Amino acid sequence: MLYRSHVMVCGGTGCTSSGSDNVATAFVNEIKKAGLDKEVAVIRTGCFGLCELGPVVVIYPEGVFYSKMKPEYVPEIVEEHLLKGRPVTKYLFGETVTEKEIKPLEETTFYKKQMRVALRNCGIIDPEDIEEAIAMGAYEALGKVLATMTPEEVINEMKKSGLRGRGGGGFPTGLKWEFAYKQKETPKYVVCNADEGDPGAFMDRSIMEGDPHSVLEGMAIAGYAIGANHGVIYVRAEYPLAVKRLQIAIKQAREYGLLGENIFGTDFSFDVEIRFGAGAFVCGEETALLNSVMGRRGEPRPRPPYPAVKGLWNKPTIINNVETFANVPVIISNGAEWFSSIGTEKSKGTKVFALTGKVNRTGLIEVPMGTTLREIIFDIGGGIPDGKRFKAVQIGGPSGGCIPEEHLDTMIDYDSLISLGAMMGSGGLVVMDEDTCMVNVAKFFLEFIVDESCGKCAPCRIGTKRMLEILDKITSGKGEPEDIERLEKLATTVKDTALCGLGQTAPNAVLSTLRYFRNEYEAHINQKKCPAGVCQALLSYSIVADKCRGCGLCARNCPVNAISGQLKQPHVINQEACIKCGTCFEKCPFDAIVKQ
Amino acid sequence: MKQVKTLEDLQKIREEALRKVNIRSDRAGTRITVGMATCGIAAGARPVMMAILDELEKRNVSGVTVVETGCIGLCKFEPIVEVYVPGHEKVTYIKMDPDKARQVVVEHVINGHPIREWTLESAELE
Repeated sequence: MLYRSHVMVCGGTGCTSSGSDNVATAFVNEIKKAGLDKEVAVIRTGCFGLCELGPVVVIYPEGVFYSKMKPEYVPEIVEEHLLKGRPVTKYLFGETVTEKEIKPLEETTFYKKQMRVALRNCGIIDPEDIEEAIAMGAYEALGKVLATMTPEEVINEMKKSGLRGRGGGGFPTGLKWEFAYKQKETPKYVVCNADEGDPGAFMDRSIMEGDPHSVLEGMAIAGYAIGANHGVIYVRAEYPLAVKRLQIAIKQAREYGLLGENIFGTDFSFDVEIRFGAGAFVCGEETALLNSVMGRRGEPRPRPPYPAVKGLWNKPTIINNVETFANVPVIISNGAEWFSSIGTEKSKGTKVFALTGKVNRTGLIEVPMGTTLREIIFDIGGGIPDGKRFKAVQIGGPSGGCIPEEHLDTMIDYDSLISLGAMMGSGGLVVMDEDTCMVNVAKFFLEFIVDESCGKCAPCRIGTKRMLEILDKITSGKGEPEDIERLEKLATTVKDTALCGLGQTAPNAVLSTLRYFRNEYEAHINQKKCPAGVCQALLSYSIVADKCRGCGLCARNCPVNAISGQLKQPHVINQEACIKCGTCFEKCPFDAIVKQ
Repeated sequence: MKQVKTLEDLQKIREEALRKVNIRSDRAGTRITVGMATCGIAAGARPVMMAILDELEKRNVSGVTVVETGCIGLCKFEPIVEVYVPGHEKVTYIKMDPDKARQVVVEHVINGHPIREWTLESAELE
């Protein structure tokens, strides 16, 4: 029986953690109860991107988008929509519901400016069914490559396309493949960096969960181009869903003969194995990653020699990011010219970003290079919640930098971001508003870096720790005027002398916040004040006498009995005893307590 | 489980699988609407729809969407089936039953000849 309706339930990690499994089960049960199980299929898909509104369900053929789904809503939807054909508008994504009709998803502000290339199949197919991927074109590019193109032609196509590494380095992919191709030593290897260590980044995770075959196909094409028969996907163990989907995909690809010996009847063989990371950020660095795969401690080494010459087991190896591989099949199918017509002059194609932080529509987006930050944050992201003012956006995770309001109209591409003191990184965007303390942000990222430093080289091992100590001093009110100079000196030294990317980019958060928000540092040091009201040690709580009704609620809740006053008389906080826990501030029903 | 040995093998799998996932993409193809409000259901629209779906599958037809709709006001004439082939006028069939529905699928949807005797226009002319 051909199903006349498909209920797509998002099965990405975001929606799964908010209960999409229960929603899917509810649909299966209610559909069976209504006798519709031969006509309506329930399918778990990958991430749609609008994670803020999860759990997400899209029902075809109408293509309507149910948001913030709960199992309780399901019986009504099955009865009204699936049985009688009337979508239940009160559960739909508000923006799509107009007086006259239900707008298609592509016309909502979140999706209008997006261009989903790497994410082309996420949310549209069942990632655990290889035939659905094939229906959308998977493995056609591999077939085309094996039947009609030589390795040189493939490499030229990749060079022409202008694809640059999506993991953050931005190195031209075609060029990297060419280096490995030219090496004579065998066996060669294709490695996929699926470690995705940036906190809060989930671009690669969503691609692996939603369209694993795009990665496998990209790797196979790369293998053909450089002359490798063996692929390794290094995926972090903290992604159990991605691991599961990858394992299923590899198994199915082997069953269908799309991985393994003599693919498409040619003499090209290619197979993929999975290796797990164990939670070390530094293992996202390519040489540390290779060490980890080989069973050694995840520590980087000096380059040259680059992995393309001497990599895994000292053989020619190319390492590319998940998103980079996901772009490869579509470049081969649609052509390098098509790909290079998107984006800016030096940064071609699209980029997937994880839009997080103080923004209304948090989630996963993909836009052409050259889209401005303003468009991403305000048009697609829907602006800052609660009417707060935008302050800065951190791009590139702990290795990146902050961009303030005056640069919001920057067109995003690899080079423009570097000139602003930030970097594209893997695509994590953290939006910050007026209530964020930039010094604290720098400290937060540096804490992460210090934790993750492997310790091999002195500049990173010692330098970042010294920087963190200074930041601790500053945020706890003990900063000295010379500290800024010390920070800058340490930062430039670490940047210039660290062994690997982790250390070299570690000072970025500090340097970029110093560049654009120096006044906040100065306020912390000279006035011992935190302008954003975040650093606890620099805050003081006091009671505004005019507003205080003397109810005594604060005094009763103060854990150190620092508040005194008589009933119905204005109360007073003893500043010396106050531990600045903020309890009184939260409890006061009259907003009579201020923190500054 | 099908082993893919050639590009043609891949094409075949793709075409078959496309029929399944087609309804998730563009709705530019033929559209069949079956009235499924209370009047429709009471008059027996569900067996009509099941017959349409079954016939479409038996005949290996792709690119056709089957949707339900609410009450269009002609309750007396339910079950009502509308067939809209892009580029042609919409045809409204009234008082359908599973057998007639199957014939409509074959004659109208596949072969392109609407069955005039069963349409609303013919009923009004009487």
